[in-house]
Amino acid sequence: MPLSQIIFFEEQAAGIGKSAKIVIHLHPVPANKEPGPYQYSKYSYIKLSFKEHGQIEFYRRLTEEMTKKRWENTPVSQPIPTGTGSQAGKTRAVGIVGIERKIEEKRKETDKNISEAFEDLSKLMVKAKEMVELSRSIANKIKDKQGDITEDETIRFKAYLLSMGIANPVTRETHGSGTHYHLQLAKQLGDMLQAPLEERGGMMALTEVYCLVNRARGMELLSPEDLVNACKMFESLKLPLRLRVFDSGVMVVQLQSHSEEEMIASALDNVSEKGSLTAEEFAKLLGLSVLLSKERLLLAEKMGHLCRDDSVEGLRFYPNLF
Amino acid sequence: MRRGVGAGAIAKKKLAEAKYKERGNVLAEDQIVQMSKQLETFKTHLEEFASKHKQEIRKNPQFRVQFQEMCATIGVDPLASGKGFWSEMLGVGDFYYELGVQIIEVCLALKHRNGGLITLDELHQRVLKGRGKYAQEVSQDDLVRAIKKLKVMGNGFGMIPVGGSYLVQSVPAELNMDHTVVLQLAEKKGYVTVSEIKDSLKWEKERACHVLDHLLKEGLAWLDSQAAGEAQYWLPALFSELTSRDVTPEEANQMTP
Repeated sequence: MPLSQIIFFEEQAAGIGKSAKIVIHLHPVPANKEPGPYQYSKYSYIKLSFKEHGQIEFYRRLTEEMTKKRWENTPVSQPIPTGTGSQAGKTRAVGIVGIERKIEEKRKETDKNISEAFEDLSKLMVKAKEMVELSRSIANKIKDKQGDITEDETIRFKAYLLSMGIANPVTRETHGSGTHYHLQLAKQLGDMLQAPLEERGGMMALTEVYCLVNRARGMELLSPEDLVNACKMFESLKLPLRLRVFDSGVMVVQLQSHSEEEMIASALDNVSEKGSLTAEEFAKLLGLSVLLSKERLLLAEKMGHLCRDDSVEGLRFYPNLF
Repeated sequence: MRRGVGAGAIAKKKLAEAKYKERGNVLAEDQIVQMSKQLETFKTHLEEFASKHKQEIRKNPQFRVQFQEMCATIGVDPLASGKGFWSEMLGVGDFYYELGVQIIEVCLALKHRNGGLITLDELHQRVLKGRGKYAQEVSQDDLVRAIKKLKVMGNGFGMIPVGGSYLVQSVPAELNMDHTVVLQLAEKKGYVTVSEIKDSLKWEKERACHVLDHLLKEGLAWLDSQAAGEAQYWLPALFSELTSRDVTPEEANQMTP
């Protein structure tokens, strides 16, 4: 298909389940078209789908070709940018061709930036890969006990892994737990979360903590893993907070002073007083989230103080009289 | 105690080290020193890259995808820590972590209505709305990556493939294959009936009811027992904007299940 048929083309980003595409808009069928697979199509564009990759390269080449072709096709209508412009050239440039050319120039510029960025990125990744391989080699040696590693060196190694975003291959634990960074973070959190925890009955879901802390920071935000790793250090740092994981997988930060027995006893009291409670009702009563209210009721049930009535109406808890 | 004590042990160790070095192998501690130096160099390269292309990452979702895929290929997670180089110098961290906050907030705000299940499309729309006109573009791929990171905080974040896209789950409700398949079946119309399940999936009534009851209990489905013909189980997560109206938590509490 001759490139002169192309009016305009654009990229479509890849999405989930969709490959990246380049959409090519075509001129209407000229009268002197030779016979081919299709005489006529109701669409004025074709889509090229790039399943693996290559769309960036293709796009770049096509842009190059299109620009070159233009010069060949319409020498008269291409006024020299310095603006000598014949009469014919001027009128042409203002019309569709002029607009198209501007769009193309802009795209070429953007595309050039992207190509360059992509090239630079590739080079950077090669260097990053070297770091990964080096860290694997070190990890293997540590495993095989080839060489004597001090505590200090281990901590430094973990910090390096953290910087690069490489998973700790020795222990398979999440990145960098036990680094100074997480220690500092744990202490900060210990200070910062006291008041909010007390306001919320001594317990907050980890996602809630994540939002609270990051909104307060504004920038240099914590990653979810940073938060989890810092919270894991509460106990060893003897801070008055604990990270706790419920059976359901829900993770909370809890005030140490907030005893389990107290929580369960108060849950039992509330349920007995009302006769029965659902998680939603309990939440409203305490001013807590439904998620955490449910966990408390489940905990009291686990300890044998409550029993459940599970129906389509919902999950309702009663004092356990057995 | 890692290092042996006593002159004999030290001498033995020195001998072992010497033999080891002789064979051309480098000791781990030497490599750690080497790594420290290489890290400094890498940091410089990254800074250079950032100074030229940081904007590209910020503005171009496609470039972000390339970046993420390349990192994954070589075994690097740029979003593991806010303290990582990638995050600090390219600003990728803040972009995704903030997105995480926005996702959590949207899911929380709608939970009373949809039980903690929302289509990726709706999530995308609402996040974009919340970010305002002048914020950077956010693609669905960006959302998916941010959600993957949120999983580690244990709130039950997950993605269920449905109808060519995904449902995003933000509560720790147990959803197995049976539930997922019914959700997929309901995707076309936003609701499903027991008969439809029996016909399409060839299940017995008990199995269908069991699954539907669970969805009701978890607040993921609403029962319309007054529907003409047969009771319909609606999934608020699948309501389109056209057929739904936002309900406040107070209103939701007043409605009978």
